[in-house]
Amino acid sequence: MQHLLSIVIFIPAVAALILALVQRGGTEAADRNAKWLALTATAVTFLVSLFLLTGFDPSNTDYQFVEHYSWIMGLQYRVGIDGLSILFVLLTTFMMPLVILASWEVKHRVKEYMIAFLLLETLMIGTFVTLDLVLFYLFYEACLIPMFLIIGIWGGKQRVYAAFKFFLYTFFGSVFMLVAIIYIYYHTGTTDMPNLLSDKFPYTPLHILGVTIPGGVQTLLWLGFFISFAVKMPLWPVHTWLPAAHVQAPTAGSIVLAAVLLKLADYGFLRFSLPMFPVGNMVVGPWAMWLAVIAIIYTSLVALVQDDMKKVIAYSSVAHMAFVLLGIFSGTQQGIEGGIMMVVAHGFVSGALFLCVGVIYDRMHTREIAAFGGLAKRMPSYALIFMFFTMANVGLPGTANFVGEFLILVGTFQVNTWAAMLATTGVILSAAYALWLYRRVVFGDLIKESLRSITDLSTREKWIFAPMIAMTLILGVYPDLVTDIIGPSVTNLVENYHEALPDNLLSDLVEH
Amino acid sequence: MTASDFSTVLPEFLLSIYAMAALLVGVWFGKDKLASTLLWSTCAVMLLVAAWIGLGGGGTHQAFDGLFIDDAFSRFAKVLVLIAAALILAMSADYMERRGLLRFEFPILITLSVVGMMMMVSAGNLMSLYMGLELQSLALYIVAALRRDSEKSSEAGLKYFVLGALSSGILLYGASLTYGFAGTTQFSGIMQVVQAGQLPMGLLFGLVFLIAGLAFKVSAVPFHMWTPDVYEGSPTPVTAFFSTAPKVAAMALIARLMFDAFGQVPAQWGQVIGLLAGLSMIWGSFAAISQRNIKRLMAYSSITHMGFALLGLTAGTVFGVQAMLTYMAIYVTMNVGVFAFILSMERDGQPVTDIKALNLYASREPTKALAMMILLFSLAGVPPMLGFFAKYAVLTAAIQGGYIWLALLGVLTSVVAAFYYIRIIYFMYFGKEVEPLDHRMPAVQWGLLVASALVTVFGVFNLFGIEGAAQAAAAALVN
Repeated sequence: MQHLLSIVIFIPAVAALILALVQRGGTEAADRNAKWLALTATAVTFLVSLFLLTGFDPSNTDYQFVEHYSWIMGLQYRVGIDGLSILFVLLTTFMMPLVILASWEVKHRVKEYMIAFLLLETLMIGTFVTLDLVLFYLFYEACLIPMFLIIGIWGGKQRVYAAFKFFLYTFFGSVFMLVAIIYIYYHTGTTDMPNLLSDKFPYTPLHILGVTIPGGVQTLLWLGFFISFAVKMPLWPVHTWLPAAHVQAPTAGSIVLAAVLLKLADYGFLRFSLPMFPVGNMVVGPWAMWLAVIAIIYTSLVALVQDDMKKVIAYSSVAHMAFVLLGIFSGTQQGIEGGIMMVVAHGFVSGALFLCVGVIYDRMHTREIAAFGGLAKRMPSYALIFMFFTMANVGLPGTANFVGEFLILVGTFQVNTWAAMLATTGVILSAAYALWLYRRVVFGDLIKESLRSITDLSTREKWIFAPMIAMTLILGVYPDLVTDIIGPSVTNLVENYHEALPDNLLSDLVEH
Repeated sequence: MTASDFSTVLPEFLLSIYAMAALLVGVWFGKDKLASTLLWSTCAVMLLVAAWIGLGGGGTHQAFDGLFIDDAFSRFAKVLVLIAAALILAMSADYMERRGLLRFEFPILITLSVVGMMMMVSAGNLMSLYMGLELQSLALYIVAALRRDSEKSSEAGLKYFVLGALSSGILLYGASLTYGFAGTTQFSGIMQVVQAGQLPMGLLFGLVFLIAGLAFKVSAVPFHMWTPDVYEGSPTPVTAFFSTAPKVAAMALIARLMFDAFGQVPAQWGQVIGLLAGLSMIWGSFAAISQRNIKRLMAYSSITHMGFALLGLTAGTVFGVQAMLTYMAIYVTMNVGVFAFILSMERDGQPVTDIKALNLYASREPTKALAMMILLFSLAGVPPMLGFFAKYAVLTAAIQGGYIWLALLGVLTSVVAAFYYIRIIYFMYFGKEVEPLDHRMPAVQWGLLVASALVTVFGVFNLFGIEGAAQAAAAALVN
């Protein structure tokens, strides 16, 4: 199985190609075929990706399933996974069949819709497994195209504004990364990520236009990558595209965006910011952590006052992503493991929450909180499931989110006590906005006339939720499933990170 | 003229003979009966010559005591020019015929301008440089005003002529200064003077004037004023031609002049070229935002792209030249497709240039809209399309040359440029219902549009080998 990884990457793309070339769109039968083909392709991708899990040796911190071919312009096609990336890949392949199922009721241009999602899956998996910087940029950036179309074609009323904002914000962010990548290539003559890890970028302070930059080149490169990831993540204050994009995107688009696309940034922090530019991270990382703390508190407060359900969850996503950043940038074993745990947990929970909104949006065609109330009477199973994910989002013990948040706070506490303390208030605030949202939508009396005929979840919808509930519970009760896989790689990362920091770093930074 | 001189210039010679013979035939048969036949035969001849040059022998030959240089660099540019010209001719046949513009002079004038371009890229002397440039320009002035009964077309031709003459004047002034201070018009002779030590101030002035004259031809800011008006006013096939072949030739000529004549002072000309590149990228991106006319928009788009191509040259390295040539090849590929599409934009048989007319185009014409979307994303430089690799190459070259600020500027302007490209996509895919455009699209245009989109996507596997050719070409030039 030496091509296993490439097979996982390209199954969805091949399916998309088949759809584009073979299928004639338009008729009802064709639409049904397109859905089934997309579902089959994503399900097969998931099953094949399980072989990655069974064949993976967690104790080996090297890259596994490596494939390597030379390509144009001195670039390499080089892919492989290690403990840091495997869960991101599995999360993607796990979520995609559910995403396709969640969009079963799409009526408008079904064929193109499925093609866009299939291509998106290929690009996302590609981003997580590539071991070449330029290839990484390529996959990372190309994700914009299908997502732009998904928001723009199948989105809500303000979709054009949201699509443009999404595209231009993230495109703007990533071009800095491109310059940083080219500089790295020029400086080291390689874009091969494993090789670059052993290469130490200079960190003597630079003086540009009279300003001293501590950490020098490393700081600048770190910033180049960070801007890109911060926009993608999104970090306060460049988060404003996310609520717009989430609210306007179709349900499935929101799920992909929250569950996987935002994680590209977290993956980038793990893969680049920490191991490649440790000194840069040392210099600027603490500031980024403070931004994250602001993000947690600010966006939680903003979430409290939203009147659109999707916006509440979107702002909650921003806050949770800021938690992940705290964990990763703490540079501790617990913090990073917690961050990855949170990535996985948030993938399930936020995806499910967006789906919860989608379910009642499909029925009532509104997402306004005020339009609902008392749903528990007509939709008992929905109320139960929504309750479960609301609790998970809050970080109730027994769910995977609790494990993630707890580990993150433990890790952060060791390096920055104040940040950890302030971030903890975010947990309380998240309980406030999530429970309040739940109360307003599900509890109370069913007084709205239009809600009297609303129907409970269909079997299809229940089946979409089932795997996500199962995973959230399993990982919440037995988190070792995750930590066993990522543990050695994280240990390796943390050790290398601390080794790479020079002993007399502070004096070095001040003196030069 | 010795036999070896003759064999070196044989392709240009035969092409000139062909143009003159075609002229005689056209006049003999009177009016435009043969125009269509002539157009297609010209296409075939150009493709044949391109194949002959491309597949023919290697090595470097000089003719007429260095006036004319035939090396890998010039061959690369010539093949590109010839193929671009042939494709544009092929896609314009239907458009010209239906508007009564298909006069037999059209293919002949295009052929003559192509001969001029081939001369330009092979020039080894300021004299032959000017000769090629003028032959090219004179033919282009006429085709810009091809639609005599249209005010805009005449205006375009006149504007192009007046400003073109001015730029030729500037160029000639620079050439005479160079001659005065170097004592020779031969590139190799100028090179010796430059290498000899302190660069005379007059030579530096000559250099700047020469660059200014040539910047006009590639429409680099601040010598770009003519571009939007001429693009808008000329018949669309002529616009398509303007945006491809002459740009390649002029860009190659700049490279030739800089490296062969001023090669040892990239510190001197690098700054000038870098300034032009930076201004073109900025102005091309920002000015295009307010454009609603797709031809004007493509004019600003080509200004931005020329800025990027110049960015490759700025570095002054072999890799920089290679990046520039790769960029031009990819740029021509994309532009051929885009203009094939623009040619087919009609409502009730009348050409339409307003991008709003494309509203919801994708729901009626999924294939064409998809191809166009791929090309637009590629023009914007979004991976994984070829346009990204073109930008990647020139940015790498710029950073290697130490122009990291220019590279940063380039990527930032590409974000601005992305806006106006994806706005067209927005109209095609998300827009409102408007009166639809005609369904009709001739097979040739459709084929070129789809082929160019396919190349843009599948070229990422191996760039169809142009990488190696561009490398050989760059190596031939810089040594």
